[in-house]
Amino acid sequence: MQAVLDTVFDIYLLEAMLNGVLLGGVLALLALGLNLIFGVIDVVWICYAELVMCGMYAIYWLSAYFGWPFPVACLVAIAGVAGLGVLLHLVVIEPILNSAPINQLLATGGMLFFLQSLATLLFGTDFRNLGIRLPTFAIGDIYLSVARLIAFAVALVGAAALYLYLSRTYMGTAIRAIAQDREIMGLMGVDQRRIYLITSLVGGALAGLGACLLVLQYDVHPFIGLTFGPILFMICVLGGLGNMLGGMIAAFVMGQIIAIGGYFFSSELADVLAFVLFIVMIFLRPQGIFSR
Amino acid sequence: MSGRTRLWAALVVVLAALPLVLPDYFLHIAIQVLLWGFVYTAWAMMGRFGLTSLGHGAFMGVGAYTSALLWNLYDVTPWLGIPAGVGLAVLLALLIGYPCFHLRIVGHYFALVTLALSQVVALLVVAARDVTGGSLGMTPHAVDRPLYALQFPDRATFYFIALALWLAVIALRQRTDGGMRSAALQAIGEDETAAAAVGIDVLREKLRVTVVSAAITAFGGSLYVQYLMYVNPDTVSGVGVSLQIVFASIAGGMYGVLGPTVGALLTLSLTEGLRIAFGTHFIGAANTIYGILLILFIIFMPRGLVGVAEGALARRARRVKAAAP
Repeated sequence: MQAVLDTVFDIYLLEAMLNGVLLGGVLALLALGLNLIFGVIDVVWICYAELVMCGMYAIYWLSAYFGWPFPVACLVAIAGVAGLGVLLHLVVIEPILNSAPINQLLATGGMLFFLQSLATLLFGTDFRNLGIRLPTFAIGDIYLSVARLIAFAVALVGAAALYLYLSRTYMGTAIRAIAQDREIMGLMGVDQRRIYLITSLVGGALAGLGACLLVLQYDVHPFIGLTFGPILFMICVLGGLGNMLGGMIAAFVMGQIIAIGGYFFSSELADVLAFVLFIVMIFLRPQGIFSR
Repeated sequence: MSGRTRLWAALVVVLAALPLVLPDYFLHIAIQVLLWGFVYTAWAMMGRFGLTSLGHGAFMGVGAYTSALLWNLYDVTPWLGIPAGVGLAVLLALLIGYPCFHLRIVGHYFALVTLALSQVVALLVVAARDVTGGSLGMTPHAVDRPLYALQFPDRATFYFIALALWLAVIALRQRTDGGMRSAALQAIGEDETAAAAVGIDVLREKLRVTVVSAAITAFGGSLYVQYLMYVNPDTVSGVGVSLQIVFASIAGGMYGVLGPTVGALLTLSLTEGLRIAFGTHFIGAANTIYGILLILFIIFMPRGLVGVAEGALARRARRVKAAAP
């Protein structure tokens, strides 16, 4: 009994769980971007995490190398990645919009290779750190890093902003409508191409925002996309494709699994647990856990 | 002898004579082309029916690590280790395939489930670093009993083994082509409901092709270790390899018999050529070009090189026929 109590009230476990919540926030933001594209354009951007990597590199170079103020670097990165999203849609997705969806997934997979290798080619495989050290602070015996708290808060604000944009603006309504019925919306006079471009822009911008938050916590290297990219797809599918609220919840669930699994086992086994859970959940509820 | 058979016979003779003329380095490349061609052909067996698996890295990893671990830890000869690995991969294929096909998980969803599978295997290999060496990889113990350990220091021997197995897979692929089974799978790929309506057992046909494909892929994985005498998670499992398998098969052409092997030849010569041209200074140069090529292939040539060539030949044949009185 004492052992169980000790485990439950283990301060380190609690710390791990809180960190899991904070990680869940950033994952939720990124899953939201991916989910938006998934729901509206019906394309899986397998290279989504690589777009985040591009943003992280942009911030690193602008801020650490050229000495720009961090917030300015962030804004440039967000704009840059948003542009990259539009470019990705125009160059890769649009020519094959009408072929089998799996082809679009694979084409963005080619983009994944391209971005990853280009980063290796240009910057080498070094781990690069921004060099901004934000303090940690303590609640009782629990230590939390300010960088993570900021990331969490900004991610929530970003998600709320996206929600307001989609529910309150004319364009947002059009985007949601397209996600519901592609064919009819064309007849209603909605310019499908324009909606797709705006969606890609917003999706890219969210990846850029994610980059700003992740660059404070992690080193940048060409393969960073592979460490959290697959988890993002799992989150999107678990939440139900195109279901934003489901995606948010799934992100926090995954964040907890990774945090708690990492605490009890190792970070690799925590990921294994997350993936196995994903496979099992798909079999139990193929339409996503949170869909009706 | 029909023209086609003669062509195949000529190809086999030329391939069998290669070790006599090829220098060591090119023989090394040729063996890799055959081994990867073996795996890519296995992938295309299901890929061409719309079953896009991103989980073949998992099957390959299971095959590679099972035989290598059994050998290193328990001194089990690869003669038993390889079948064990293949068996495990088959089990894994059933475990994933049955629920997937039963629940009609297709397209994106099938790709993502199998992607998760390949991540699971790669991460397990890394997590079990005490026995597998983790990301650093592992080396099977070398012993001086070539036949028992299936370790051949002589390249030509391994070349013939790889060639024989590759030919066997090509023959299997060729034989199933055009049969009832292949027609059934084609129908399933086009419209599952319609296929079921005409009496095709969709679940069984899909499961069968998945199991065969997984078994061959696992076999290829263990051969790869026996040849290189080294294995690490990044070269045989995980998302990277899974995507590489898909891309090379598509680039070569997954619908043609030789397409996936042409894909292996294309990608390996690209990698090696760029490595020689630029040296190791430009790490990533090869994959950068590779990435662009893949996007171009999927956009402009979804049937791959062999597909395009076959299309051109067929058009010419029709023209010739039309011109004849």
